Amino acid sequence: MRDPFRSICDDDLERRWIWISLILAFAMGGLLGLYAVASNIHPPSNVETIDSSRLHLTEEFAEDKLGVKQNDDGSLTVTMVAARYGFFPPVIEVPSNTPVKFRIASADVLHGVHVPFTNATAMIVPGYISEINTSFPTAGKYSFLCNEYCGLGHDSMWSRLIVVPESTQGK
Amino acid sequence: MNYSKAASLGLANMWVAFTFFAFAALLGLYQVIERIDLIPALKSPEMYFGSVSTHGVLMGFVLTTFFVAGFGYYTATTSLKQDVWNRPLAWFGFLLSLSGVLMAAVPLLTGNASVLYTFYPPLMAHPAFYIGATLLVVGSWAWCLEMVMMLATWKKANPGETVPLAMYGTTTNAILWFITSLGVTSELLFQLIPWSLGLIDTVDVGLARTLFSWTLHAIVYFWLIPAYIVLYTLVPRAAGGMIFSDHMGRVAFIMLLVFSVPIGFHHLYMDPFHAAGWKFLHMTGTFMVAVPTLLTGFTIIASLEVAGRLRGGKGLFGWIGALPWNNPLVLAAGLALLMLTFGGFGGMINASYAMNTMVHNTQWVTGHFHLIFAGTTVIMYFAAAYYLWPKMTGNALYSTRLALTQLWLWFIGMLVLTLPWHQLGLAGQPRRISSTPYDEELVQSWLPAEFAMIAGGVILFTSALMLVFILLKTHGNSQSVENPEVEYAESLHSTQRMPHLMNSFGFWVALIVVYMVASYGYPILQFFLLDTYGTVPWSI
Repeated sequence: MRDPFRSICDDDLERRWIWISLILAFAMGGLLGLYAVASNIHPPSNVETIDSSRLHLTEEFAEDKLGVKQNDDGSLTVTMVAARYGFFPPVIEVPSNTPVKFRIASADVLHGVHVPFTNATAMIVPGYISEINTSFPTAGKYSFLCNEYCGLGHDSMWSRLIVVPESTQGK
Repeated sequence: MNYSKAASLGLANMWVAFTFFAFAALLGLYQVIERIDLIPALKSPEMYFGSVSTHGVLMGFVLTTFFVAGFGYYTATTSLKQDVWNRPLAWFGFLLSLSGVLMAAVPLLTGNASVLYTFYPPLMAHPAFYIGATLLVVGSWAWCLEMVMMLATWKKANPGETVPLAMYGTTTNAILWFITSLGVTSELLFQLIPWSLGLIDTVDVGLARTLFSWTLHAIVYFWLIPAYIVLYTLVPRAAGGMIFSDHMGRVAFIMLLVFSVPIGFHHLYMDPFHAAGWKFLHMTGTFMVAVPTLLTGFTIIASLEVAGRLRGGKGLFGWIGALPWNNPLVLAAGLALLMLTFGGFGGMINASYAMNTMVHNTQWVTGHFHLIFAGTTVIMYFAAAYYLWPKMTGNALYSTRLALTQLWLWFIGMLVLTLPWHQLGLAGQPRRISSTPYDEELVQSWLPAEFAMIAGGVILFTSALMLVFILLKTHGNSQSVENPEVEYAESLHSTQRMPHLMNSFGFWVALIVVYMVASYGYPILQFFLLDTYGTVPWSI
């Protein structure tokens, strides 16, 4: 077969390199695609709007509705509000190796959340609800950091995530 | 032909670029020291975030826009051997951009625009900041028009001829910048400016971030393309060789043009307001945009090998030692390629849809873009300045040895700064913080890397001062330059018969429009279809 790149390139070595570059790019994209589909790994992308100025009046994000709830299938839903300069409720406790769905809304500006050494990360954007689906394999005390600049007090915006070993969770 | 008028334009633009650069480098030094709480008296979030915002705007928008314009004017005139298309317009654009910068500087330096260079609504800055930023961008469009018109005039006078590679790259960049700056300009004109003036009450933050992402990725290629032009067209000649393949340079520029704009969602992977499918689409484009960089790496190394062998280098690696490493262009090219390799590796991880969760908004990201932009790109700006200053002023370079030392210091400083930053990011450190009031254990684990970062900052600031010193001394040097001509490298393979598509832009611009509609059309439209809620302004 005639090399389709012959018209733009006279050199054999260089054509070989074009092929290698393309194969590399497609292999990496393909591998990520495979994982995305096969293991259902996606970034937080739920596209759900909310009026951030009225969170306290909503069914889901009113003060007394926040925190950890167990679903019928044993998984957990954690409902939280991010507001300058803290996460509410400030301490979250979940068992290890259990599917956890965080649902977080901002009451004011842009925030972010990152739990170091885990893949729990999302931007928290006013007007939208952020959803993180994950589970924590290792028990321990984690920091729950705001990782997006939200104002002059941004540094002090962090709270606690405690992952307790699965078995000690009273069921 | 006399290039003195283009030289004035080139020098004016580049002096603005490097003056603000030196000031921004000073801010960088302050930031690395403030950030780790070492000196309690220095602690001030007001100062810190004002400084970070100014550092980002000056490095990302001012150094680059002015350098690119100055570099473009001088390379366009010297490669086409043709005067600037419309000189009054070029000066008008320059002054408009400069007045925008000065206007934005007031709120920035008084702490009234500490919203970082990414704007971050619903934090609201003083309107002068948004208007100044808009003027800077609009002023740069004069440059875009100049470049396109210079190419068109040249083509008319030289029908059927192959456009010189330097000009092909510069025109690519002008078109790329115009298309990509439309995103941020729309955000400013339709959202932030009316909102900051009180004409509208709320903004949709999702839409604002989507429009900014339209600009945010391709802008880095706007910064990078001049560096690639230097690598393709000046370095091989300085090394004593030829471009291995002129064709491959064009393919790289075209791919950067087509693939760099419609892929901005890799900055929004963690944002809730776009569905995973759109993010996936943008991710595939992101991997495609790695291809032109892989091609460039090959062509530049091959060109250097040609030069090394022509100089008598033998064996598999012997040609490397035979290269003239005492030439600033050649040294900078070598150091830039090393930083590009490290930075490119990190970039693949950022680009990966799933792995991004581990590093998003951590200091890893700061490490990545400092390596690629402040490292690879800016070191080539330095080398270009050392090459072009003597050509533009007619005076010899003040000291080649000092210039080489400056380049080495920049490279070493950048590695000492950014490699620990990657490590800090993996250890969870958020990127935009002015202090570390976190969990004691976590903060302790960050300390060694933070001390390294301060050392890096000191080295880099020293190097930045040396650059300005060398340029000043060159400008006032009484010794004349030996050869005032800009010498572009010849291609090893003939460029006589260039396929039409690799010598023009019409088809590629049409392709980008289609690609942009496909990748941004619905995602922007959805904000008008969904029940969205705007957000009121918040002070910092």
